[in-house]
Amino acid sequence: MSVKNLIIIGGGPAGLAAAKSAYDAGERDILILEREDKLGGILNQCIHNGFGLHTFKEELTGPEYAARYVDEVLKRGIEYKLGTTVLSIDKNRRVTCANEKDGLLVYDAKAIILACGCRERPRGAINIAGCRAAGIFSAGTAQKLINIDGYMPGKEVVILGSGDIGLIMARRMTFQGAKVKAVVELMPYSSGLNRNIVQCLKDFDIPLLFSHTVVEIKGKGRVSSVVIAEVDKNLNPIKGTEQEIKCDTLLLSVGLLPENELSKMADVKLSPVTGGAVVDDDMMTETDGIFACGNVLHVHDLVDFVSEESEWAGARAAAYIKGEKTGGECVGIEATDGVRYVVPQFAHREGEGTLKLKMRVGNVFRNVRLCVNCDGEDVYSKKCMIVTPGEMETITLNEKQTRALKNCKKAVVCLKAVEK
Amino acid sequence: MKKVLIIGAGVVGCSVARELSRYDVQITVVEKANDVACGTSKANSGVVHGGFDAKPHSYKAWFNVRGNEMFDKLSKELDFPFKRNGAYVLCFDESKWGDLKKLYDQGVENGVKGIKVVTGDEVRQREPYVSQEVKGALWCPSSGIVSPYEMTIAYAENAADNGVEFIFEKTVVSLKRNGSKMTAVFEDGDEIIADAIVNCAGLHSDELNNTVSDKKYNIVPRKGEYMLLDKTAGYLTSTTLFQLPTAMGKGILVVPSVHGNILLGPTAVDIEDKECKDTTYDGLAEAFDKARITMPSLTKKQVITQFTGLRAHADAGDFVVGWAGEEFPLYNLIGIESPGLTAAPALAVQAAEDVADYLALGFNDKFDPIRKGIPCFATMTEKERAEIIKKNPLYGRIVCRCEVVTEGEIVDSINRPVGAKDLDGVKRRTRAGMGRCQSGFCSERVMEIIARERGIDMTEVTKSGKGSEILVGRVE
Repeated sequence: MSVKNLIIIGGGPAGLAAAKSAYDAGERDILILEREDKLGGILNQCIHNGFGLHTFKEELTGPEYAARYVDEVLKRGIEYKLGTTVLSIDKNRRVTCANEKDGLLVYDAKAIILACGCRERPRGAINIAGCRAAGIFSAGTAQKLINIDGYMPGKEVVILGSGDIGLIMARRMTFQGAKVKAVVELMPYSSGLNRNIVQCLKDFDIPLLFSHTVVEIKGKGRVSSVVIAEVDKNLNPIKGTEQEIKCDTLLLSVGLLPENELSKMADVKLSPVTGGAVVDDDMMTETDGIFACGNVLHVHDLVDFVSEESEWAGARAAAYIKGEKTGGECVGIEATDGVRYVVPQFAHREGEGTLKLKMRVGNVFRNVRLCVNCDGEDVYSKKCMIVTPGEMETITLNEKQTRALKNCKKAVVCLKAVEK
Repeated sequence: MKKVLIIGAGVVGCSVARELSRYDVQITVVEKANDVACGTSKANSGVVHGGFDAKPHSYKAWFNVRGNEMFDKLSKELDFPFKRNGAYVLCFDESKWGDLKKLYDQGVENGVKGIKVVTGDEVRQREPYVSQEVKGALWCPSSGIVSPYEMTIAYAENAADNGVEFIFEKTVVSLKRNGSKMTAVFEDGDEIIADAIVNCAGLHSDELNNTVSDKKYNIVPRKGEYMLLDKTAGYLTSTTLFQLPTAMGKGILVVPSVHGNILLGPTAVDIEDKECKDTTYDGLAEAFDKARITMPSLTKKQVITQFTGLRAHADAGDFVVGWAGEEFPLYNLIGIESPGLTAAPALAVQAAEDVADYLALGFNDKFDPIRKGIPCFATMTEKERAEIIKKNPLYGRIVCRCEVVTEGEIVDSINRPVGAKDLDGVKRRTRAGMGRCQSGFCSERVMEIIARERGIDMTEVTKSGKGSEILVGRVE
């Protein structure tokens, strides 16, 4: 057993940014635990560009974006272990992990930052009937096979779900000579970024079918076709609308789930809406000394925001270790009236400064105001032409607005109609 | 040396092979799939039945009760997961009380120990998530759960250790009488001559018999669809929950797996295609809706996968066990549907004794009944984990994060006797890919390990046998 001040679980964009900022806040005893053989996380397989527009004001590929943060971590000499899987953590912040070289390792940490990312919702979770043949992949698995390993998972492809990875993979597979026959989306809107719909589908004439789903997968050995159908308002397939599409591959891009198996072991309280931890404005979970940031906390659509959130979490974890933690009572921040969730869910009454709130809406809304309402008064209001579930909204409250929120009895984030 | 050919490497074929390897005889098992446990043995409820359900004096009743009694010793000898978790048969309607009583009487007559009728409240005291509508139940403490494919693999490995030869991906299409011997004819024209053939061909056992016997049989594939819930739903029940049986079977179950998941199903629909493994929209809906009668709080949110199994239902209703005729040495095990998994150990002993008798076989002095499974990292203590990584560093590399399966286990599963050849084979032996992400993260790593250990190209790696190649080529 060894002792560490700060253990960061995950060496992807969240973990790297948290490590960098914890170091810059004065913390020197940091260890990053990464299960893959390389730092950078999922960015390593995202070879398309479009990363870093906010953080670096330039368009980078995933590996380039990751490399910038890896460099920062290396420059600071922060310790990390690769090929190391965390097996358990507990609420007293004992971390057990394993790798080939060191065997089983046990650490007691003063603080832990959960930065373990998310995983893809599998076929089983969406109950598609049919065969269990080869040729059914999650979009991320297909991305790894093509971009990291250099293998093609299929030639004639149907993609279910219009999440960003699905859209990116439609373009990627088309580039590699595959025929993407359709992207099928259950909802009447896409959960992906609008720019991806334009650049990945429209530019390649790939049809995007809203309010449709795959009702059956056919094939022996390998997928030979899928049957799609239109769905009604309750998302149930409408009989008679079925059409069969010949294909050898079905890619699933049907949602991402924060990976909180470790969090559960440490009794970290999770939000049923985000699937991630409930945190305060220090990014600390309700388990003392355990912080969370990035996609393990809530699924982001841009890595830039993951980095920003994680840098904040790293700085606050460093402060916590020094004993400078923000103490005392918290005010809850609720999401209502069209807003599905807001992170953080709590803010300390003590402390000064600004406050960043991140949120997603539950449907597509046009001409609305996104408001932060404290005890019946809108302390913040932003007019939005359109808000969609696919794009995360961020609100930064200035010092005055933050103070109003910290001092109120009840804070809510909500959508309101624009008065004419 | 005398030679016996066993056709089929499901739980019946593999258990017969192991029991027969106690004798001094050359044994070959042929299987049309590329692995053991690829048919009915991999997709069923995994229940070790008490034996109250079968008609008294039937083969089903006899072999069920005897098979059940063998599981404690057998699971230790062969190192496969088994648990006596007990079962309830739930009665929702007081007017059906008579049916429950009949089941009880039948159980007593079949020799099932410890069964009793209990009230709905007693059921809910043990299993609080059971419906308030349950008025009473039959309690059967000897009922158990087993991992059916791990049991089959264990039998096969022990058989192989004791000298049994396994041939995969070869389909027997017909049998011929050959003097006092038998000949099996393969699809590719090859033939194997044996002093006796044991027909363990499951869904196809009728067709094989019918190519050579005067007495004909007919197997109807009876399809059952299942849903599997995440381990986080494991708290829902620790005992097996039946509903009162119907003519088509034992109804929809809510049953824990030995690994802590919850299984819902099966439906029961007679179909024609003996190779159909498809789930259907309606079938899955039926499995779920009926399971909710037992447990109203079930939600689809915890479902991680769905699958279909086919039971080999013989027209006659009972197991067919024994020599096909007096003049030729074909031993039939036909129509081994539920409770076939439970009965298999006892059926195997019976078949092995009958064959040994017929061929006047002596004992195999070198027979070793003990098989050790793959050391399971997920269930080890911290100390055991530290030790095994020291011995084999590949145990320090976690490949499947949901089920905590290491590279050490995957390599072992490929290289042991009757080893895994593809993704599904590795999955059944190690649980890699069986968790909540359903192999999203680990399949690519497992493919690499399979390619490396078997010395094949990544593009040759399959999911489950020929025609299920996962990749179509290299990126140009």
